[in-house]
Amino acid sequence: MSYDIVISMLAATLRLTTPLLLGCLAGLYSERSGIFDIGLEGKMLVGAFAAAAVSYLTANMWLGLLAAMAASVLMAMIHGLASIAFRGNQIISGVAINFLADGLTVVVAIAFFSLGGDTPPMPPGGRFPPIIWPYADQIRAVPIVGPIYGDLLSGQNILVYIAFLAVPITWWVLYRTRFGLRLRAVGENPKAVDTAGISVPRLRYQALLITGILCGIAGAYFSTAQGSGFHKEMTAGAGYIALAALIFAKWRPVPAMFATLLFGFLDALQIRLQGVPLPIINWAIPVQFIQALPYILTCVLLAGFIGKAIGPKAGGVPYTKER
Amino acid sequence: MSARRPLPRWADVALLPLLNLGLAMIVSGFVVAAIGQSPLQAIQVMIKGAFGDGVGIGFTLYYATDFIFTGLAVAVAAHAGLFNIGGDGQAYVAGIGALAAGMLLGNTHWLLVLPVATLFAAAVGAAWVFIPAYLQAKRGSHVVITTIMFNFIGSALMIYLLNGPLKGKGTQGAESAAVTGAGLMPHLQAFVPAFGYAPVNVSLFVALLALVACYVLVWHTRFGYAMRAMGHNAAATRYAGISNSKMIITILLISGGFAGITAVNEVLGSQTRLVTDITGQAGFIGIAVALMGRNHPVGILLAAVLFGALTQGGTELQFDMPAVSVQMILVIQALVIMFTGAMEGLLRPGLENVFMIFGPRQRETAVSRETATTES
Repeated sequence: MSYDIVISMLAATLRLTTPLLLGCLAGLYSERSGIFDIGLEGKMLVGAFAAAAVSYLTANMWLGLLAAMAASVLMAMIHGLASIAFRGNQIISGVAINFLADGLTVVVAIAFFSLGGDTPPMPPGGRFPPIIWPYADQIRAVPIVGPIYGDLLSGQNILVYIAFLAVPITWWVLYRTRFGLRLRAVGENPKAVDTAGISVPRLRYQALLITGILCGIAGAYFSTAQGSGFHKEMTAGAGYIALAALIFAKWRPVPAMFATLLFGFLDALQIRLQGVPLPIINWAIPVQFIQALPYILTCVLLAGFIGKAIGPKAGGVPYTKER
Repeated sequence: MSARRPLPRWADVALLPLLNLGLAMIVSGFVVAAIGQSPLQAIQVMIKGAFGDGVGIGFTLYYATDFIFTGLAVAVAAHAGLFNIGGDGQAYVAGIGALAAGMLLGNTHWLLVLPVATLFAAAVGAAWVFIPAYLQAKRGSHVVITTIMFNFIGSALMIYLLNGPLKGKGTQGAESAAVTGAGLMPHLQAFVPAFGYAPVNVSLFVALLALVACYVLVWHTRFGYAMRAMGHNAAATRYAGISNSKMIITILLISGGFAGITAVNEVLGSQTRLVTDITGQAGFIGIAVALMGRNHPVGILLAAVLFGALTQGGTELQFDMPAVSVQMILVIQALVIMFTGAMEGLLRPGLENVFMIFGPRQRETAVSRETATTES
């Protein structure tokens, strides 16, 4: 493999990692607060549609992004209502959210745009453009380092940078702020948090708000940055891969980045290897195997063979104040 | 205020789910109205589509067959306090078992194919849940997460197989060769002509048998007692000398087996071959069916017919009201799952209050309490 291919593979990895990373961090806030969230996929999908629809109508990507966040937060609040206020089953609520997103996006898309569930492609200004770093063209000529700067770091859209910036921010919020301490505590022992006079529901709603915002950004990335326009079921399981990555990262922000980078790389590899036999053994690895690899790896991890993944203790359990 | 009294059984089992169903339908109505269509017309079309004629009823029962199996899969596990969310993957992979039986015994008689296909599909479905079951039992990995992962692994596996080893000669897409002759399950149209071209077939009887089997298993066997006991208190069963890990594996295998039989209805009953996504998310509908049916066979039967009717009626919507797309079914199903499954807490407290005030026995106790305080 030539160096150019390596760089383009890595650039593809960054692009494919972005929505996974945003989704994974979104799940991290929710699950660290003690709320299981298998509805990441649905929130992303709703975000993707809202971004595309509003971006198309206003020709303004930022308004699209805002709409995506709003739509995704709305779904997160439905999940919150079910799992915090009504003490319902969080898994089932997540399943319902995913179904709802699947159906609602297409129903509304057909009613609005009559394109079989898609939106039209984005008009100029409706899509996040690549950001070219200063002197990218000149520096690209420098051997080895040049392409890294010119083709890998430069030329991504702003949401890619936001996603990777969200990692240190999340780390700081989680481990260096009062909110983060409380968030971690409420996922482990809500009673203790409650006893300290801090509202458990309030904290959990706050966490879900962040989850919604991050999923919204991930959704907008799909339809107004990576692609142009919404397509039916366009998130294609990214929410579940993000969930797998979250477990793989043992609910920690920095490992979350590495886990999603790994899964993003596998995705890039799978696209490149499509039907190409490997040079040495002359046998094409089925792409489906690589597609399934994130899930397989997560199961292996869950099995406890490569370290143990133990989630927040209070995860999935609704908190009851009285008694 | 004193602690709330639990609802009377009939209200808990029938009234509350029906109220939640009504709520889901009302919200769905708002969605239909929001896209500029008449909700009343939509509900009329749906009811007529699902029950209006023989073909509609046939389709309703055909979908219900799927949902009975996937509902049982969830319910059996739920009795033991386990959540098998992977019914979809188990049913999908079990397509291999159903296909194998249909292919191997294509020259015999469907009376032989049916039990063999049922066994094969159940075995493959059970096999697909074995690893998650083992991991839950022995390593404590959360079965919800592992079965979700196995849904995706199964899906990838099936797409690989249907594009490679299992791909039929001369087929266009990702599908197996067609099952022919005796390998196919006779449609009930042969006995009840009114069903017309509806694919409802003899696997409906397997579904009804499965309901009975589940009832006997859960309430009339020693194993069923142990599993319900484990669902209530896993520590107690362990101290009673029952191996919980063995129980977990066995129960999940049974659950996966039930889910697997779905494939018989799909592969041999309707599609006549193994195609991608044979389940049409029936595995997830099973969660709602089990919830609404309160994990009881009779409830599951009724809930499965309800969801069958929703699916069939929703499919009809797109023909009579072209502005309403077929995905409206998903919206309705999602709302039913949401309200009956996750948002029961919305109506329950209010309903409990209503029963506290108006329920006959409650009023009696309230009166006696009041008289007791006034007399003393």
